[in-house]
Amino acid sequence: MSAPTLSLTKGDDGPDVGKTLPDVPRVRRRRSPLMLLSVGWLALVALLAAFSGLLPLAGYGVPVGFPRSGSTLSLDGLLGFDHLGRSVLSRAVYGSRASLIVGAISSITAMCVGTLLGLIAGYFRGWVDTAVMYFTDALLAFPPLVLLLALSSVLQPSYTTLLVGLTAVVTPSFVRLARANTLAWSNREFVLAATNMGASQLRIAVREVLPNILPPVVAFLPTVLAALIVAEGSLSFLGMGIPSPTPSWGGMIADGRTHLYEAPQLVLAPALIIFFTVFALNQCGDHFRERVDGAVRD
Amino acid sequence: MLWFGVRRLARGLLVVLFVSFLVVALLALAPGSPATVILGENATPEAVADLERQLGLDQPVWVQWWHWIGAAFQGDLGTSLVNGVTVLDAVTTALPVTLEIAVLALLISLGISIPLALLAAPRAGSAADRGVGALTSVLLAIPAFVAAPLLVYLFAIQLRWFPVTGWVPLSEGIGANLRSAFLPALSVALIEIAAFQRVLRADLVTTLREDYIDAARTKGLSARYVLLRHALRPSSFSLLTVSGMSLGRLLGGTIIVEFLFTLPGLGQLVATSVSSRDVVTVQGVVAFVAMAYVLVNTLVDIGYGFLDPRVRLADTR
Repeated sequence: MSAPTLSLTKGDDGPDVGKTLPDVPRVRRRRSPLMLLSVGWLALVALLAAFSGLLPLAGYGVPVGFPRSGSTLSLDGLLGFDHLGRSVLSRAVYGSRASLIVGAISSITAMCVGTLLGLIAGYFRGWVDTAVMYFTDALLAFPPLVLLLALSSVLQPSYTTLLVGLTAVVTPSFVRLARANTLAWSNREFVLAATNMGASQLRIAVREVLPNILPPVVAFLPTVLAALIVAEGSLSFLGMGIPSPTPSWGGMIADGRTHLYEAPQLVLAPALIIFFTVFALNQCGDHFRERVDGAVRD
Repeated sequence: MLWFGVRRLARGLLVVLFVSFLVVALLALAPGSPATVILGENATPEAVADLERQLGLDQPVWVQWWHWIGAAFQGDLGTSLVNGVTVLDAVTTALPVTLEIAVLALLISLGISIPLALLAAPRAGSAADRGVGALTSVLLAIPAFVAAPLLVYLFAIQLRWFPVTGWVPLSEGIGANLRSAFLPALSVALIEIAAFQRVLRADLVTTLREDYIDAARTKGLSARYVLLRHALRPSSFSLLTVSGMSLGRLLGGTIIVEFLFTLPGLGQLVATSVSSRDVVTVQGVVAFVAMAYVLVNTLVDIGYGFLDPRVRLADTR
């Protein structure tokens, strides 16, 4: 009986189980300072947007200073005044509302619709899959900004138009992501097991597959939100986004660009705000995606 | 291979048909008929109905679609409601400007992103790699409408190296033409530099782990030679696809910079037609752009299958 015992049989007698498992060091999560800064900035922007009405700021449409003058020590004048003498800080704070609300509503709607369509297409395959994929391919065949411009050419510029257009632009990406993940998860053993136990298709799709495709889909959300803020900004920049006088970051850049020579801060302020917000959202998106990829590999 | 190409072309064609239907439906969905745009707000309902019959707008959408396709195949994309110029003429005058900006932007972004990827990939994880990574993260957060005013401020107003706005056609000298096209192209290119660098770097890192790279190194070839002659080509497939897909973003960015720099391109054409509610021109340009986009991506797909046999085979499954 000098044959070496297999670790498997060794594990059979209870207390030794722990010894047969490899000694895996705990995963150390590095807290990157950049990530913390990003989350902090996003939280700040969200809070300012939510409670902008409570802040001691002048209204965004009221002239309170000399047109195009630089920053002063008062709160309203911190970032200077625009070509009509309105407070740039106030307009930036109120402008964050438009960008964030439009971005959040469209990305979440697109996520729900896209996940549902992707799940149906990937799980049931067949003609439903073909139809859904052709539809998404056709939507993706429009360059996004061209599609948005076409929509705003036939519909009146309003929040509804903007929401419909932006949702239509990002839904296909969610459909593709959800479908690809559904395809990968539908072939797993536990799905087969559920089928063999006689679970209905609806139950399998909703209870077995859906929870597994949600993490990558949700991790995609910050990236989409960043893209939507950029798209909304581009449209407002072209004067086809949020109708004036409501301020928006893209609109502020468009207004300021004619005064670049004498008052560059009118462009610089909203440009930096957009840059920080998009940068922070991209950082969050990258971070989440890494986490999800790690979880799938485990 | 032939079969693969035919299938991709057929799929592209189907998408184009679908796109054209959406475009025609768009016109039908528009509140207020194009006839009122032509005749003005004060036209009598009879005159409007008359013109609608003339233009075929009283027909069901699918009949209008059929007529539209028939006309489009003969090169007729409609006539502007505002100034009576045919859409095809308007497109062919505006296209060279947009094309030049887009091609220049593509060249700039490839010219910068490929060296950056070649710099970063062999040293994955090093300070240089992380530095380039940080740079691309920054560039990814600078969309064209943010980049353009900032570049104008820096290079045109402060340094005075380039004109602030305006377009010099190629016929007035290539130097002046490139000077007027450079800032717009650079504004659009910034974000693509980052996207391209990330894709190529990731693929290069994977390729450099292959056994044949080790074999080449063991043979005594220099690291630089192996990187350029053995690793770069098989790593550039995704870059090809991404450059094809980036055309959509490039076009979007081009619209922005054409508006900002007042360049007489497709973007300017769309923007002015949208604001003057010239739906027919918008329809024609959108259809044209979408079809060009589908065509390029179909060709890229086919080219990709041509370069990499795995794609061809995977597609048959």
